[in-house]
Amino acid sequence: MTRQRMLIAFVLLVGALPLLPVPEFWITQANYIGLYTLVVIGLVLLTGVAGLTSFGQAAFVGLGAYTAAYLTLAHGVSPWLTVFAGLALTAVVALVLGWITLRMSGHYLPLATIAWGLSLYYLLGNIDALGKYDGLLGVPPIRFFGLALNTGRSFYALLWALVLLATLGATRLLDSRTGRALRAVKGGTTMAEAMGVDTLHVKITVFVLAALLASVSGWLFAHFQRTVNPSPFGLRMGIEYLFMAVLGGVGHVWGALVGAGVVRVLDDQLQVWLPRLMGASGNYEIIVFGIVLVLVLQFARDGIWAFVEARLPPVRRAVDWGGATPLTQRPKPARGDVVLEVDKVRKTFGGLIAVNDVSFEVRAGEIVGLIGPNGAGKSTTFNLVTGVLPASGGQVRLAGIRVDTLPSREIARRGVARTFQHVKMVPAMTVLENVALGAHLRGREGVLGALLHRDREEERRLLREADMQLRRIGMAEHMHELAGNLALGQQRLMEIARALSADPTLLLLDEPAAGLRHGEKLALGEVLRQLRGEGLSILLVEHDMDLVMDLTDRIVVMEFGTLLLEGTPQQVQASPAVRAAYLGTEH
Amino acid sequence: MDFSIAGILALDGITNGAIYALLALATVLVFAVTRVIFIPQGEFVAYGALTLAMLQQGLVPGTVWLLLALALLAALAEAVGELRRGVTVGKVAGAALRSLVAPALIALLAWWAAPLKPPLVLQALLTLALVAPLGPLIYRLAYARLADASVLVLLIVSVGVHFALTGLALVFFGAEGFRNPVFWDARFQHGAVSLTGQALIIFGVSIALMIALFLFFGHTLRGKALRATAVNRLGARLMGISATGAGRLSFGLAAFIGALSGLLIGATTTMFYDSGFLIGLKGFVAAIFGGLASYPAAALGAVFVGLLESVGSFWASAFKEVIVFTLILPVLLWRSFQHGHHDDEE
Amino acid sequence: MKTFRSLGAAMLALLTSLAAHADITIGISLPLTGPASGLGIPMKNQFALFPQSIAGEKLNLIILDDATDPSKGASNAKRFVTEDKVDLIGGSAATPVAIAMADIAAEAGTVQLMFSPAQLPPGKDTWSFRLPQSNAVMAYAMVEHMKKQGVKTVGFLGYTDAYGEGWLKDFSATAEKSGIKVVGVERFARADTSVTAQALKLTSANPDAILIVASGSGAAMPHKAVVERGYKGKIYQTHAAASRDLVRVGGKDVEGAFVVSGPAVIAEQLPDTHPSKQVATDFVVKYEKAYGPGSRNQFAGHAYDTLVVLEKAIPVALKKARPGTKEFRAALRDAFETMGRTVLSHGVINWTKDDHWGFTNETGVILKVVNGDWKVE
Repeated sequence: MTRQRMLIAFVLLVGALPLLPVPEFWITQANYIGLYTLVVIGLVLLTGVAGLTSFGQAAFVGLGAYTAAYLTLAHGVSPWLTVFAGLALTAVVALVLGWITLRMSGHYLPLATIAWGLSLYYLLGNIDALGKYDGLLGVPPIRFFGLALNTGRSFYALLWALVLLATLGATRLLDSRTGRALRAVKGGTTMAEAMGVDTLHVKITVFVLAALLASVSGWLFAHFQRTVNPSPFGLRMGIEYLFMAVLGGVGHVWGALVGAGVVRVLDDQLQVWLPRLMGASGNYEIIVFGIVLVLVLQFARDGIWAFVEARLPPVRRAVDWGGATPLTQRPKPARGDVVLEVDKVRKTFGGLIAVNDVSFEVRAGEIVGLIGPNGAGKSTTFNLVTGVLPASGGQVRLAGIRVDTLPSREIARRGVARTFQHVKMVPAMTVLENVALGAHLRGREGVLGALLHRDREEERRLLREADMQLRRIGMAEHMHELAGNLALGQQRLMEIARALSADPTLLLLDEPAAGLRHGEKLALGEVLRQLRGEGLSILLVEHDMDLVMDLTDRIVVMEFGTLLLEGTPQQVQASPAVRAAYLGTEH
Repeated sequence: MDFSIAGILALDGITNGAIYALLALATVLVFAVTRVIFIPQGEFVAYGALTLAMLQQGLVPGTVWLLLALALLAALAEAVGELRRGVTVGKVAGAALRSLVAPALIALLAWWAAPLKPPLVLQALLTLALVAPLGPLIYRLAYARLADASVLVLLIVSVGVHFALTGLALVFFGAEGFRNPVFWDARFQHGAVSLTGQALIIFGVSIALMIALFLFFGHTLRGKALRATAVNRLGARLMGISATGAGRLSFGLAAFIGALSGLLIGATTTMFYDSGFLIGLKGFVAAIFGGLASYPAAALGAVFVGLLESVGSFWASAFKEVIVFTLILPVLLWRSFQHGHHDDEE
Repeated sequence: MKTFRSLGAAMLALLTSLAAHADITIGISLPLTGPASGLGIPMKNQFALFPQSIAGEKLNLIILDDATDPSKGASNAKRFVTEDKVDLIGGSAATPVAIAMADIAAEAGTVQLMFSPAQLPPGKDTWSFRLPQSNAVMAYAMVEHMKKQGVKTVGFLGYTDAYGEGWLKDFSATAEKSGIKVVGVERFARADTSVTAQALKLTSANPDAILIVASGSGAAMPHKAVVERGYKGKIYQTHAAASRDLVRVGGKDVEGAFVVSGPAVIAEQLPDTHPSKQVATDFVVKYEKAYGPGSRNQFAGHAYDTLVVLEKAIPVALKKARPGTKEFRAALRDAFETMGRTVLSHGVINWTKDDHWGFTNETGVILKVVNGDWKVE
């Protein structure tokens, strides 16, 4: 595995750098790059992976820096304690800010980050005890067993040890149950919630993590530069961190290092070379910098690291879950028990009645088809059953317990899994990882487990489950491909495998056969029959009449939101009312 | 706080709010059509004000050189693209030269007219003619290639453009500030509150522009084509609407609005080469208030920001920024809930 | 033969490197972009007029932009010290940046000539010398003038940054001693769209005088805002506003304003008996010859003064050590501290071991804006 060798070589180089006769200046540069990388790793997690754009990370750096500086100067506290004080303060502030701002959808979030970034900056500049705009001077260096880390090289050791730890931690986090949940949040909350992910909780978690990383960077910064004032913690720096992330590759942890490094070196070298090229007059550095930024993105829009990585030997996941114990299965209801009761359910959007007092039930071990012309309200009914939409009237009951007031993830927890009319998946993850997302609720390890690698056993079990479901569906050969590269039909099959990974008692399939070839449809039919044989209940929306008539035990027909007819396939086929709804009446 | 003070503050807030509203409109317009969060919108304001300032002094503004340089680069980029597609050299050269005619004429006009110090209105028109074409040129050079990139990447490209434009502004206009003369120096006094002619012009232009945009988008084919591109690029292209053309038009409008705002605000505020950023930011805040989709909400948000600034400056001027940006948070939260939660897929 | 040639090459290299080391290298960090660029750019212009050598040694100036960002300034200072191995550091013109550079200069045992009146904690300025007058010195001149004018109450309208903060502290302290009260404090930023609210609040308290603390053209908007409110009292400006830009942007509204300034900007109006007359005139003539009439600037004056102190101190330090050595840098510091009374364009300075400020209270001159020009009061 040449990638692994490259990684080892890199770590060795980083470790050896201060021991080599490198000019002091470059050690200083490496230190600044390290400081920025810490913050940008947080941004990669927050913005690149979870899709939450933040301009306000610089403010958290400020919190860490000022806490360190103030406590060491005013109260003589040791730097090894101030870091924890800084982390604690940052965590509290991040929790409060996150709780407020992460509820915001869409474009409101980045603006909120700008807002509190600016507020914190101006606040810091106006507090007397913090030296206002002059800031605090003469912050003592960190002492490591009596040795003062006040030279570039000694500080480098501490800093880069932490940077490498952070990189390791981030990489581990992304390749775990929490990492999958993080990636799921990016595309929107509906799918993630349907998989059982508590999206607000996940968002706040990654937000606080990014803030903590920034805070550590601030602590180090205070003891490196030895003066602290508000200016590096304002909006400009916040924007700069973000474009380091994007330039480097916002979806990749290594992109953080690349981005920070490129920006810092470019910034600095422009200062040195441009005056020599263009004469001492004029300040063209920032112009050239801006133009370079635009040009690089035009040719490598996913970032420099993504550009480079595409040309490196690919990384293939090692299949190591062969011996893992299977996950525990949910107790299944007895054949014939009522699993789902839809009881006079109603949904209105303003004046439009989308679902009009519809009632039907699904029993264990049966496949029920839900058909009707376009606009009949089938997908809306699905959304009502799975808790995506709140019902305007009526009830939904699962095994006798009312669920229509519960959020999607609670309904998922009770054994309901679904696919979507328009495929919702995470294109940046492999097929296997997407399917493993479906098993989210069957795992328990969180952030700490991922960071400490205590979750490896559970990971193997989850991946084994995903593997099994993919084989069952017939998608085993696509396991390690990126989900975004699949054809539409294959994506739909993947969604089914993902739903099955949740070990549901009720499976809701929204047009699963759309985009499948005839042979694939037959295979799908076989799988569904087999599942029925195992006691699973399936509610199926489909337009392929051959498949529906062949597969289902009962059919519910909807038209304009109203239940038209419920019966066996033969009854439905024979009904003149159904024919009129689909084909129009004869005149 | 008595009535006259409240009146003065309100007037000040609304006057500035009207300018922010114009910028908010431009920001929403550009985002709706191209999904670009156009941070350099404020730079057009600065360029508008400072170009006029240079003309006032009888100097040829640096904007002229920028216009020529960008026009040349764009013509080159187009030519390269067309040659790659196999268009004959003759046609390519012809198209390139044709695209250079307008900028060259404007540049020549400016170069000739500047030392003559024509009357204010003519200088203002010349400024608009110089700055507005920068919009589509910047779109062509920086964004056209990335038309289907993610919003985040487009945002960072905007940051790059912002750096370049700000740096160029420093080179063209210097580090010190400028003030332009008012267009109408009447003054209407009512007690302690005085309404200046300039403020009236600002209100008038803002309202006129809003109505004009409303009519344009609702009742002209071009405007509807722009809206179509915003809703679905591919669909619009299938209907024969050029996505690049839509992008250039929206950027052109944004540059025009920005330059116009610069002309208006340059008389009541000292404009520096870097003033644009903060003004643009406030327009952006107002645009977000409208969810980056609704013009009336954005305009309302702009007025709200202006008033908040005014009252905050009066109440605790040292903390003005803190007040403005902290109070925005609950408002944003409220708007975000109102907007409903829809999955933001790109 | 081969060994002889390589030996010769080595000797040549050694000699040239020794000769190169004889260069006096000065690293200067200036805000050439960012909010304080109005201070940095005129200084750079003046540095461009520096001679090629001082006391027979070639002078090597490295000028870097710190973009008014203390981190960048600190980074520049680090680079000067580690990479360029400078003999002296200059900078910055922006107070927070200069402060950030101080520790780095001190640790490297290199003199820092600050171009801004930056306050450092006691004991921290052993290596830092200020070329501009302290705000306290200028405030003294202003307060004396106010006393003569019968001013009893003052409203303060200043930048929300280190400059505004520094002036507020120093002015309040000096004014208190003379029984003048500061009755209102309002702040604003250079890039604000309007200062109407602050002006309104201050003028409604109707103080005898209003003090505006801003720089260059940024000082015009608050001034106009105050006048627009119908304020009839006296308006004072600080020395950072003593430039043509204030008059250019402020127009009629700044007529009659009182601006405190160093002598450099009104060289022609200084009486012949004023010690700085000759030096200030030299500065003004040379600068305006290169950059146009009326382009003279407070900060360019400080850059000019840098040359004056260098020309006095370098010959003294050269007697003790060669440039490029630690001893030379220490010798420079000693030279600055012992050079005694030195006439600058901005007044008379006298640095000692304990006082790295140097200007006396008589330095500030009050100017009045009359018909768009400065008139000494």
